This record gives sequence, C-alpha cells and structure tokens, in this order.
Amino acid sequence: MALNIECVRKDFPNLSARGRDDKPLIYFDNAATTFKPCQVISQTHNHYCHRTANIHRGVHYLSEVATAEYESARDKVRRFINAKSLSEIIFTKGATESLNLLAQSYGRHFLKPGDEILLSMMEHHANIVPWQMIRDITGCVIKVIPINDKGEIILEEYRRLLSDRTKIVSVVHVSNSLGSVNPVAGMIRDAHAFGAVFVLDSAQGISHEPIDVQSLDVDFCVFSGHKLFGPTGVGVLYGKEDLLELMPPYQGGGDMILSVTFDKTIYNRLPHKFEAGTPNVAGVIGFGTAIDYVNSLGWSDITEYKKELVRYGTGLLQKVEGIRLIGTAANKAPIFSFVLDGIHAHDVGTLIDREGVAIRTGHHCTQPVMKFFGLAATSRASLTFYNTKEELDIFVAALRKVIGVFQ
Amino acid sequence: MTVHNDELYQQVILEHNKRPKNFLKLDSWTHSAEGYNPLCGDHLNVYLRVSPQGVIEEVSFEGDGCAISKASGSMMTVALKGKTVDQARALFNEFHRLLTKELDPEKDQNILGKLNVFSGIWKYPSRVKCAVLAWRTMKGALDQEKTVATE
Repeated sequence: MALNIECVRKDFPNLSARGRDDKPLIYFDNAATTFKPCQVISQTHNHYCHRTANIHRGVHYLSEVATAEYESARDKVRRFINAKSLSEIIFTKGATESLNLLAQSYGRHFLKPGDEILLSMMEHHANIVPWQMIRDITGCVIKVIPINDKGEIILEEYRRLLSDRTKIVSVVHVSNSLGSVNPVAGMIRDAHAFGAVFVLDSAQGISHEPIDVQSLDVDFCVFSGHKLFGPTGVGVLYGKEDLLELMPPYQGGGDMILSVTFDKTIYNRLPHKFEAGTPNVAGVIGFGTAIDYVNSLGWSDITEYKKELVRYGTGLLQKVEGIRLIGTAANKAPIFSFVLDGIHAHDVGTLIDREGVAIRTGHHCTQPVMKFFGLAATSRASLTFYNTKEELDIFVAALRKVIGVFQ
Repeated sequence: MTVHNDELYQQVILEHNKRPKNFLKLDSWTHSAEGYNPLCGDHLNVYLRVSPQGVIEEVSFEGDGCAISKASGSMMTVALKGKTVDQARALFNEFHRLLTKELDPEKDQNILGKLNVFSGIWKYPSRVKCAVLAWRTMKGALDQEKTVATE
C-alpha cells in the first residue's frame, strides 16, 4: 500500500509553519534535521508534564516508569537495526558524540603507530576530525578512499587501500552532501577479510535506508535521533558486544559504575558502562516513539516513494539552465546538491528563502568532498517522505526566479 | 520577484557583483591580508598601497564569494581610494555599526553614503559575515594581520 502523503503531512505540525515574509513553507533541509511528528512531540511533552524523574536509581514510582520507558526505547532501537542484544545499544547525544566515543575509546586503546584508518572522500567532518585527533595521539595513519565524478566510492581503489595495516574503516552510509548510497555490505566483507573493524556512519542513512546490523555484520554503527524525526540531543552507538566489552569507558561519572571508592572504581556492565551521568531521558523516550512512527509507515513504502522523489526531482532540476548537479550516484537518496552558473550558493539560499523554500547552502560540513568537486559551496535540497512532487515544482519555479535576479 | 524597501539584492549590489571594481591583485602594495569566511568557505585577498603620508593610493581585492561579499568588497575599494588610513578606520567602524544595526541611516547622520544600501542585511542576520568579509580583511591588512576569519 502506498504512503498516504496527505495523511502523513498532518502528523507534522511544523509543515504548516510559515517561511520568511509569511510565505507558505517548503522545508527541504531534512538532511540537517527532520521535523517531528505530533506523536513524538506529545510523548516528550507527556514525559515533562507527568513522568519527570531520573532513571535507574530511584525506587519511587515515577523513576521506575521513566526507567522502563527509557529502556523500552533502547529495545526499539535494537529491533530497528536488528541488534542481537540490548547491551549493544548505547545512547549518546548524537552521531558526532558516538564517533568521538569510538575514536577516544576504541581508537586510543587499540591503534598503534603505522596502523591505518580508511575514510572515504565524502565523509562529513564528524567522521574525520575525531580520527585525526586520535591519529595525533597514537601515530596511526589516515588514508582516503577516492570517489568518482558521480560521487560514488571507487571500490577497486578501496580494495587496493585495504591491507593488514588497516585497523578501522569508517564510511558514511548515505552522503549528506551528495545523496550517494554507498555499497556498504560488500565493503564490510572486504574490510573483514583484512581483519579491520568497520564503522558505519548512518547519521544520514538512518532515515533513508533500513539497517540490519547482523546481516551486514557491521562492527559499529552510529546515528542521531533528530534526523529520524526524533528530538535533538539523542544519538546511538551500536557496537558488537565483544568489541564494546574490550573498550575502556569514554567518560566517567554516575550510572557507569558499580562501586566507587577513592582507591578503585568498578565499572558497570554494558551498555551503562558508556552512559555516564543523567542521559537525555525525555529525548530518548521521544526517539523511541519516532522509531514506532517510522515502523508504522513501513520501509518498503518509504523507499518506494523516495525513489519517486529522486526520479522526479532529478528530471526537473536537469532542465534548469546553467545548473550542475553535484552527486549523481546510481543509487541515491532524495538529496539534491547543485551549483548554478555564476550564482553563489549563499545568494541562492537567501533569495529562495524569500519564496518560502528552506534549503541548505555551504559546504555541508564536508569540505574535502567540496574541494574534490572544485567548489567552496553548493545549494542542497534534501527531501524526506513528507515532501511532495508539488513542492518540487514550486522549488524549481523559485529557483528560476533566483536565476532571473542575476540576469 | 517583488522589490521591497528593505531589499538586500538591490540593483547597485547586483551591478557591483556583476562588474566588481578594482577586482585584481595590485602590482605593488604596502598592506595585504587574506580573509576567510569559515561558514561558507569564501575567501578573498585585499591589497592596499598606502603612501608614506598615510593616504590609500590604491586598494583592490580578489577572491571567491557570494554577490553580497563581492559587492561589499567592490564598493569598499571605491569608498576607500584617496582616503587616509584614519578615515578608512572610521569608515570601517561606521560600516560595522550599520551592519550590526547600531546605526540606522534613516535616523543617524553618517559618512557611509552609498554604503547605506547594506542596511538591507538586517533582515538576513546570517549574511552579515558576507558583507563584512572584505572590510574585516582590509582592517586586518592595516593592522598587519596576515589572515582574518569572520567569527
């Protein structure tokens, strides 16, 4: 059964917000963050109105309720990515923190001088900088997997870079700036053939591609709640249990300990070992509801509809005079990055905003890939399942108006 | 597209964007600096030739940027040529006050002249950095800073 978009749109109150100068809003910045369905909003609201309590420590009723809801969200995440055990789901404040946790705990503990980390050319800064920080401490080496002009990873080059020195491969599932969906299943197998662990950066992918961590056999996977229609300030680190067991804690504090004396601290078991301090309780519970929401729509309908948006949007944009689409991978999400002849992306962003269309302009926190394409900035329209073909029509008409200003 | 009174993309700005004045590297200069806008990756160089008496004989800029930063750079070179270094600093301060809305050209007397067109930026606070880049770089050059980033 196809998605009933009109119905879906009613679940997202922010879609009826007004843009600049009271124009009807077209929100095409979903790669930056997604709107939240009212189910998520009321769940979070409900927590703060009626269920506020700290978790894991209280014996009183509200604390028990909050703990149960928080842990039930963990199970929703586990099922969403088909992880084997609850111990493998660690809540963080976002994909960025998950990657920093990995670099500081796994990287710092296991990497030696001369060991290699492979990153792809299309990584966002969150999957580059934490590894550079650890490179500077451990003396390991970062190598870059090249991409082609369409924005696809060159698999032969990737295989050539793999060696016994490769300890970590960390690659984005779906590129936030190009929309490319990377063929990670095969890449994971290739990495494992050399004994490297594979980190899947699903910051963007989590709302575009279903993930089964067991069938992928991926070692680590990171993502954020707010890009999957959940609240900001919640993220996940998935890790295989045996690897997480070997890793030292990332941050110290309450909740991650079993006992503390001034002589010695015994750390808590997984996943709590990595969750120091009071977490974002309401956010995690809201994120659980966001997962329920996505499940209620169903991946197959979402995927089918998004393919249609990619097809329709690409067709429309290709007809715009003086446009160059950046990122034309065969397999891509509805993320359209582009440049217009002689018009800077920031001018496009400001002028199209006046028509009520919200897009992103700049380097999208992926400066290396911008440099690869010889650009300082692009304009990016990123869509999700609540966007429509009609909105694409209005967006492209607005784009033509922008071009008109410069003629 | 309707033209509002608070329009940022006015004809004068579009014109300077299309045909920027003094958009080149000077053959000889006494002061120069490179400016970055980390937000969008824009960068430009500003060159000044200042006489021993402290008069700006030549001023130019080059680089990549949006229409706002390019027009701002172009109009800056026009405004500064022939001015003393002290006058240039005064103009910088006043332009900065305009961008940050501390100065309202409708009410406050000022020395900005054509530069008042940049009050259109008030509606777009995220673009202030674009308008200030060339100016901030020029001031950096006078202050002997090699690189300048709009914070």
